Amino acid sequence: MKFAIQVNASPYQSNAGYTAYQFINAALAAGHEVFRVFFYHDGIYHAFKYATPPDDELQFTAQWSELARLHQIDLVVCISAAQRRGLLCSDEAQRQGKQDNDLAEGFRISGLGQLVEATLEADRFIVFG
Amino acid sequence: MLDIILTTAAFDQHVSILVLDDGVFQLKNGQNPEIAGMKDTAAIFKALEIYDVNDIYAEVESLQERGLKPGDLCLPVQEFYRKDIAGLMKRFDVVFAG
Repeated sequence: MKFAIQVNASPYQSNAGYTAYQFINAALAAGHEVFRVFFYHDGIYHAFKYATPPDDELQFTAQWSELARLHQIDLVVCISAAQRRGLLCSDEAQRQGKQDNDLAEGFRISGLGQLVEATLEADRFIVFG
Repeated sequence: MLDIILTTAAFDQHVSILVLDDGVFQLKNGQNPEIAGMKDTAAIFKALEIYDVNDIYAEVESLQERGLKPGDLCLPVQEFYRKDIAGLMKRFDVVFAG
């Protein structure tokens, strides 16, 4: 079965993001396909490159990046949710006269169209948080 | 949620709206958001017609519990009792909770 996932909660706000992550791993292990995860609202906090939790805690961002690398999952961050919260990729930062690129490996920034397309493409669409 | 409604409608999908619980206040008449320095989102709801979004549902109990009547809302709504909401949702392929 083909899944699309939406994550609305930040890593430290609730377990929803990590539950989504574990669900995806379980779905992949069971032979299902997960083709896109859409990070919306506070869910965009999963994509911050410089999140630096203590070494003995879960490394949320790094785990998502690794998941994307291993399974070619499209990790899409909503652009308006991201910009509101100060998460800018390099070209957007440049456009705004700001510096740096905050987006972690494996994520990309795009619009709500990607969310709608995911719901149309998937057999099942699940929202976490 | 309005963003999702507008984007989905722009993708030529049939979109309906159900307001539940405090969501019914979204459509309340006579809001003056500018006094609080906020955006007038009720005006955007009124523009939904342009996007062919015409089916707006409200839960009867949600309105009653807040002392509202359909006439207090800025758009015409079709009322559904709480017991019928699950059946209503079942008619749709995708449900976004806001």
